Amino acid sequence: MSKKELKVSRIKNGTVIDHIPAGRAMEVLRILKITGKEGFMVLIAMNVYSKKLKGKKDIIKIEGKFLSDKETAAISLVAPTATINIIKDGEVKEKKGVKAPTLVEGILKCPNPVCVSRIERENISSKFIKVSENPLTYKCVYCGTRIEESDIPKYLNM
Amino acid sequence: MRDFVDITEIDRNIIEHLFEMSDMIINRHMHIRKNNILDGKNIILAFFEPSTRTRLSFEIAVKRLGADALTVVGEEAVSLSKGESFGDTLRMFDILGDLLVLRHKYDGAAKYAAEMVKIPVINAGDGKNQHPTQAIIDLYTVYKRLGQIDGLNYAVVGDLRYARTAHSFLLALTHFEPKNVYLVSPPQLKPSESLIAELRERGLQFYLSENLEEVIDMVDVIYVTRIQKERFPDPEEYEKVKGSYRLTYEMIKNRKDIIVLHPLPRVDELDTRIDNTQAAAYFDQVRNAVPVRMSVVAWSAGVEL
Repeated sequence: MSKKELKVSRIKNGTVIDHIPAGRAMEVLRILKITGKEGFMVLIAMNVYSKKLKGKKDIIKIEGKFLSDKETAAISLVAPTATINIIKDGEVKEKKGVKAPTLVEGILKCPNPVCVSRIERENISSKFIKVSENPLTYKCVYCGTRIEESDIPKYLNM
Repeated sequence: MRDFVDITEIDRNIIEHLFEMSDMIINRHMHIRKNNILDGKNIILAFFEPSTRTRLSFEIAVKRLGADALTVVGEEAVSLSKGESFGDTLRMFDILGDLLVLRHKYDGAAKYAAEMVKIPVINAGDGKNQHPTQAIIDLYTVYKRLGQIDGLNYAVVGDLRYARTAHSFLLALTHFEPKNVYLVSPPQLKPSESLIAELRERGLQFYLSENLEEVIDMVDVIYVTRIQKERFPDPEEYEKVKGSYRLTYEMIKNRKDIIVLHPLPRVDELDTRIDNTQAAAYFDQVRNAVPVRMSVVAWSAGVEL
């Protein structure tokens, strides 16, 4: 191992989520509902140097877990710079960046308590459209309430 | 057939077309007699929140167009009070009606309804969100009184946080080219950050103010709104601001060229001594409600006059 390589164990089958903005690894784990009690081997590195991000980043490696589309979409909201590596038999089989979707359904909870999507017994799936890339901002399709990037973790409904 | 739920989706061409239809209705006196334009159609007027002017004017508009108005007032009038979901109630309206006019206490209810049903939906007020047909009435009143909407200076005064009429009026103005728009309210009732961002993105030139007297000499149109007591989460907050931002006769008595709009009902924010002046345009708004709502219903039903 060269000096520049990160001293975090390799995984054989699973997912590596790289280039997570520094300090957001715990948000990503929350999205994936990983508490440590599931039995997966989970490696977390926080505040490590990233050449790509020109600063610090977080990394998560999870043995035996592959992400659903909904989980990937939710990760894109809290970690828009993340890359997802799918590892099979110790090899990187697929590497992809995440892109915050134009339309997000059922992932964010509208902050407006009197939005129609918040009526509990109606079970209406929330819908948000992206109105800005930087800062990432979404707008509720029903009532127009906006959620800015810094507030997105607060309104994740996973 | 087309929904009429969100004023941002009703562009300037449609608004001007609705003005032309309203002019035609008035010139041909269609608003004061029965016509056969929507003969045999069942139009459901579902008002799950209190309403006087809007419900009455929609009922008259629907009847003048020759359709049958089937009015449902309050949640207790339908099975919602028995525990039926809003979604199922909408499905029932979809099967029985040809067009739905909906008022509901939840923001975004009309948009959700439009997704759920195949028949056209007209938003008659959804929570504190929008009241798009009122915005058309308001703009039509300005247009009839002053001959234009572009190039004028506007003050929108009072409850800019909870008043859906103010929201729709401001969003409707973004389809035009007003000169300056002053948003005058106490700090607690300033527009939400979401609305401010929306207005900014849509290119409206606006200024926030807390002082009505500071802007009154600069505007051609004053749009006054009621403080929305029923939408305040905290009654104490309401007590702090009620009665503020009152437009008095003295404030406008020397302005011959100004008009005052109010969607009504009013409480004490509008001096009754203004009623008999040239400035008072709020009873014109009531008068214009039937022809404008006839235009909207006909447009939504896909019928040309």
